[in-house]
Amino acid sequence: MTQRMQVTLSVNGETLSGSAEPRTLLVDFLRDELRLTGTHVGCEHGVCGACTVILGGFAARSCLMFAVQADGAEIQTIEGLASSVGEMHPLQKLFAEHRALQCGFCTPGMLMTAIDLVQTSNSLTEADIRTGMSAGLCRCTGYEGIVNAVVEYARQVHGEKAFNG
Amino acid sequence: MKPASFSRLVPTTVPEAIKMMGDHTHDARLLAGGQSLVPMMNFRLARPAVLVDLNCIPDLSYIDDRGDLLAIGAMTRQREIENSDLVRTACPLVHDATLNIAHLPIRSRGTIGGSISNADPAAEYPATMLALDAVLVAQSVRGTRQIDAADFFDGVLTTTLEADEILTEIRIPKAPANSGAAFVELSRRRGDFALAGVAAQVTLDAGKIAEVQLAACGVGPSPVRLRDAEDRIRGAGLTEDALSKAREAASSAVDPDGDVHATADYRRKLAGVMTGRAVQKAAARAGGQA
Repeated sequence: MTQRMQVTLSVNGETLSGSAEPRTLLVDFLRDELRLTGTHVGCEHGVCGACTVILGGFAARSCLMFAVQADGAEIQTIEGLASSVGEMHPLQKLFAEHRALQCGFCTPGMLMTAIDLVQTSNSLTEADIRTGMSAGLCRCTGYEGIVNAVVEYARQVHGEKAFNG
Repeated sequence: MKPASFSRLVPTTVPEAIKMMGDHTHDARLLAGGQSLVPMMNFRLARPAVLVDLNCIPDLSYIDDRGDLLAIGAMTRQREIENSDLVRTACPLVHDATLNIAHLPIRSRGTIGGSISNADPAAEYPATMLALDAVLVAQSVRGTRQIDAADFFDGVLTTTLEADEILTEIRIPKAPANSGAAFVELSRRRGDFALAGVAAQVTLDAGKIAEVQLAACGVGPSPVRLRDAEDRIRGAGLTEDALSKAREAASSAVDPDGDVHATADYRRKLAGVMTGRAVQKAAARAGGQA
């Protein structure tokens, strides 16, 4: 058995620590060690997108890196989206309005993917959003609600002018 | 599943990494972006005893303008390459190929050196490097070696790198004036491994194809340089006849295997279709009317 190491990282602005073996995946560390179970673990090979978190400002698969690699990193997870008084993030409200989820398993990854997609781009078309959101698999909605919610979110963030869809 | 146990070594300089690979030649693997190796470890298809993690070597992440070529550090993330204006203007084929790699969150972590060294038959960068005659720089305790892309890929997930060598830099000739580039691929779902893909760079002169560079992925154990297709259309105009010759030559040049996703015949045909589309798109970007 290899030795466990101390891992300290900033999650949603809060400094958290735990211990991990070198082989512990970041997603398992978040869920089992830090007890942040909002990030889901699905396919474990980077295809489904359920485990997507924002790492150092960019969306990344937390099943495809080791927790020890995230030591010192800044991570945002689904738990950090709603305000501290429990008000939903604008994108979360849009997901509810547009029926962009049913079972909810893919939703944390979809939200983190959409936030990266919209916030790191100056202008997006609906086609860009469809391409970008293809990073996540949803087996319930048929994607229309998800695309509509993200299109609306892009409008809110960039305004009608920057949104060419 | 979860990965088997391993020891992780964390070099912070290239000489340190080279020494570690020299000391652990037979039981270590290099960890770059991890977007292919970690899935293989999760499924225990790979069980390295030692991982030499290259993610803490800042000297391996850069995009340098060196006159006639771009030099890209092996640990440069695909996302950084995708967002680089320098890459988009100097090596547009590399930019276009990058957009075809998996999905945005994968490109956030995936690296150019990792993709090239992993040598997946369906991967975009190996075919792109082959089409552009890139030079791959490898380092080990025995010194530094420059390997032509044409001599680098050696079968499924296999390269001519020695077990203790580290790919450190990729040198890519800049695109000539009046050229255009396109990477075109077809996959069953967006972001999946391509059934077939073609990288094309076309240089026009007075409406004719003065130079053309083509390579295919997904249609054999290694990427294939489509020399015959290039020869058939070099000097030709952008006519349907020329495109048809290129398609035919590309299909004849590849020898794909069939699998659950597509038969061998379908893939062979697709190599031709993708070649035609890639040449057309590249020529259009070069200012032609194809």
